[in-house]
Amino acid sequence: MRKAVIFKGKLLPLLLMLPQLVITGIFFFWPAGQAIWSSLLREDAFGLNRSFVGLENFAEVVADPTWRDAAANTALFSFSVAVLALAAALLLAVQADKAIRGSGAYKTLLIWPYAVAPAIAAVLWLFLFHPQIGLIGRALNAAQLAWDYRLNGGQAMTLVIIASAWKQVSYNFIFFLAGLQSIPRAVLEAASIDGARPMRRFWTIIFPLLSPTSFFLLTVNLVYAFFDTFGVIHALTQGGPAKATETLIYKVYVDGVENLNLGASAAQSVILMAIVIAVTAAQFRLIERKVHY
Amino acid sequence: MADSATAATDPALRASQARQRRGRWMAHGILLLGVIIFALPIWITLVGSTHDANTIGRGEVPLWFGGQAVENYISAWTRGGEGMRSTRAVPAGTMLWNSAVMATLIAVGKIAISLLSAYAVVFFSFPGRMFFFWMIFITLMLPVEVRIIPTFQVMVDLNLTDSMAGLVIPVIASATATLLFRQFFLTIPDEYVEAAKIDGAGPLRFFWDVVLPLSRTNIAALFVILFIYGWNQYLWPLLIITDTSLETIVVGLSKMIGRGDAQNEWNAIMATAILALLPPVAVVILMQRWFVKGLTETEK
Amino acid sequence: MLRRTLAKGAIGLTTAAMVAGRPAAAQGAPVEIQFWHGLTQPLGGMLEQVAAGFNESQQRYRVNASYRGGYSETMVAAIAAFRANNAPHIVQMFEVGTATMMAASRATKPVWELLQQTGVKIDFEDVLAGVRGYYSLPDGRMASMPFNSSTSVSFYNKDAFRKAGLDPEAFPRTWPAVAEAARKLKAAGIATPMTTSWPTWLMVEQFSAIHDIPLATKGNGFGGLDAELAINNPVLARHLQNLIDWHKEGLFRYGGRDNAADGLLPAGECAITFASSGTRARILREAKFDWGTAMLPYYDDVPKAPLNSIIGGASLWAMNKGPSGGRSEEEWKGVAEFFAWLAKPDVAAKWHMDTGYLPLTRSGYEQVKASGFYKQNVGADVPIEQMLRGGGVLTENSRGVRLGGFPEIRNIIQEEMERAFQGQQDAKALLENATRRGNVVLRNFERANRA
Repeated sequence: MRKAVIFKGKLLPLLLMLPQLVITGIFFFWPAGQAIWSSLLREDAFGLNRSFVGLENFAEVVADPTWRDAAANTALFSFSVAVLALAAALLLAVQADKAIRGSGAYKTLLIWPYAVAPAIAAVLWLFLFHPQIGLIGRALNAAQLAWDYRLNGGQAMTLVIIASAWKQVSYNFIFFLAGLQSIPRAVLEAASIDGARPMRRFWTIIFPLLSPTSFFLLTVNLVYAFFDTFGVIHALTQGGPAKATETLIYKVYVDGVENLNLGASAAQSVILMAIVIAVTAAQFRLIERKVHY
Repeated sequence: MADSATAATDPALRASQARQRRGRWMAHGILLLGVIIFALPIWITLVGSTHDANTIGRGEVPLWFGGQAVENYISAWTRGGEGMRSTRAVPAGTMLWNSAVMATLIAVGKIAISLLSAYAVVFFSFPGRMFFFWMIFITLMLPVEVRIIPTFQVMVDLNLTDSMAGLVIPVIASATATLLFRQFFLTIPDEYVEAAKIDGAGPLRFFWDVVLPLSRTNIAALFVILFIYGWNQYLWPLLIITDTSLETIVVGLSKMIGRGDAQNEWNAIMATAILALLPPVAVVILMQRWFVKGLTETEK
Repeated sequence: MLRRTLAKGAIGLTTAAMVAGRPAAAQGAPVEIQFWHGLTQPLGGMLEQVAAGFNESQQRYRVNASYRGGYSETMVAAIAAFRANNAPHIVQMFEVGTATMMAASRATKPVWELLQQTGVKIDFEDVLAGVRGYYSLPDGRMASMPFNSSTSVSFYNKDAFRKAGLDPEAFPRTWPAVAEAARKLKAAGIATPMTTSWPTWLMVEQFSAIHDIPLATKGNGFGGLDAELAINNPVLARHLQNLIDWHKEGLFRYGGRDNAADGLLPAGECAITFASSGTRARILREAKFDWGTAMLPYYDDVPKAPLNSIIGGASLWAMNKGPSGGRSEEEWKGVAEFFAWLAKPDVAAKWHMDTGYLPLTRSGYEQVKASGFYKQNVGADVPIEQMLRGGGVLTENSRGVRLGGFPEIRNIIQEEMERAFQGQQDAKALLENATRRGNVVLRNFERANRA
């Protein structure tokens, strides 16, 4: 945890840590504490009337069918984004690993979407899928498929999943490619001389070797889908139509910022914090394993 | 690869080679398809940004460049479009500047305070060291998305809404960067510290002369990642900025679209979208080596 | 760099402290009145000009008008600022936020009290009844200062009417006739002839007022916080079922929430739209065809239809600085003088003619009429005539809506409509679900605002 040889001094290290600690205290711990406190209160928007209601807000949130719908949406959305982004990235990485020549160029051409903000990714896909001005949107309508993601919940969900996954493929691709390239050639050649068919070879030899990477990426992708996609949903569907794309995070925003139900929004925040802590703890155990390999 | 002379004579090996060749062609095919799917939305946007608003509004999706590129980009850059629709036009130039300042300050700020705290944790022994370290680490569990309202309230109390300081300061605490630097500092040989002590160099001097130069590659790699992180901020600016002169380009673009009205000034929106994604994409492509390094090391 | 950002933060903190502690009015300098508004360009610029006119007319007060995002963002910003003891003197609040502001009695100063306290006079008797009713307390005293009020009307494409063999000068008066016209328009080649902006405001709120049916109990909420939604009634169910059926038939198109459908008529995609009267400016600018304005249709077999339509838009609220009050007499006086300026006949008339919002007063309307403005701007008087339809006597059902959390309820109704238009439910289920969810909002609001 610390070096054997160290400097003396007690004040200096504290001073060095101070900026980080002050910011953490003011902008993380204080608001988190506030969230917990106001989740136990019921107050009007102006903060003029407040009363302590215990866990009532939590009971109401959990019993609220729209919150349950949002939880179901979140599960469907996160899982779809993760699976789509992982599968596409794995396919591309395997091919890039095979096509040794030109793989550097492919790499460059495949990783840039990582830099695109989720909200901008949403806008780019909107240009394709807009029912009136989008290339694909118009083609679907011309084919009598009645495409309008602004009115059809399933289509809206499909679109936000595609736009969110697109950007994450790049990220996964980088890790899968690094994982593939770290597999010793000798292992692959031995397998190839055994005469194993490529598909079989992949699933029996390569994929198991990639599984730590895959598991790590799965958690990262789920966390991404959970939190970082707010911009996609806000820019594309605003949670609609009819709440079809409202995720848990989006609901916190709508209830707190638009509807000014501070207690309900705070209770949802606290529930989310519990979820994040669980996910981070799981991830942390994974890191520990890696570090102490 | 097998020796070509034997390969020519051994039918089994020949078949395997043919299979490999086929496999390579297929690989190139799939990769090209991937590249095309990745690039398609950008292509449509880029091409669309060179046409006039009516062409796009009528739904004639152009696949090749039009003649309005210069006009569109100038109008988006200086005026935020022609204001033919009642959008609140903010010049893309202003928004790009805000985003650039915000992203740079966030990246620099995060790196600076993380370097300092990691240095304190690794090279000193002081009361509360582990407590503070955990305090920083635990912030990983409190992304802004789960504490939207109370954090906003804190910003209001501190009078930091609608300011660049408000955009930057609350997000520069960084557990990941601190962890990364800590991990790296632990690999600095003890002999360096010994030597410094013998030379009579104090901790600050050692930091400046030894630790900082050694951390150069890590700093560069982190800068790329954190710059992109800063540039792509969405929820936070959305919450605390109402003053249009501080609008960032990512949020500003989504406001230009509003509810996806077919009558939007799409050519200006598309030009702005291209401008919005150009800087971070350029950073990734030009600094690809640092980027990949930064990514694989921070996210471990 | 780091030190500089931190220093900036520190400066932010100290200036905040200084601003909070500053005496309200320094000797000699004009009293600053902060005015937050939510109007985008070009309307926002016109509003700022009104404030500039006031500043030029006198030396003692300076109204500082600034844009704070759309209506709902302005509302959120003002509430947050109030909690931080930093609220603006005046905030522009959309009509559906009225109940929220009224319930927060310690946050605002009602206009009647403001005028009484400062001795400034504004004649509210002359204000259009539909406007006055919306912003007054149950006993008739004014709670907020009416400013930009609109109502909703029908706009239609006369060229398309001609093409379909319909009389371009006679827009159908009743809903069944509108549907017939839409069928002919469809036959003449317009894919989806009819749409609406603001689905809840138009098809539920306005519809209920025009047909004299209640939107909520307790006189649409004017009588107390314990009101409940009354939208689950046969008249409304019949109309919404018609819309759902027309949607299936391809006569009606759901164009999205709020004003998302505003662009469909000027673009030529729809031939009939129901929208805010304020859309007129946009249609003027964008439509490349001959178009007309008409009153909203109704069902002529509903006994009291048609009554007057209700208003939308926003009013101005005088706000306390924060939970502990804290405004000087001088500041209140400045707010009152500014309100009186807005009510001056020539200021109000100019605002009406420039923007297309309703004129504030009846006499203002007569004055503008006498000037020949409506002769040159055919159709610009339809909204006002519609406000006076049914004799201009307001019933409990046609004076407006006063429900807590109403922005959220509007969205709930829109969401349930979206479900219905997707084919997931009929009008009956739509109204049942919206009533159930809306009542939860009302109960929560009631609880939160009862100390």
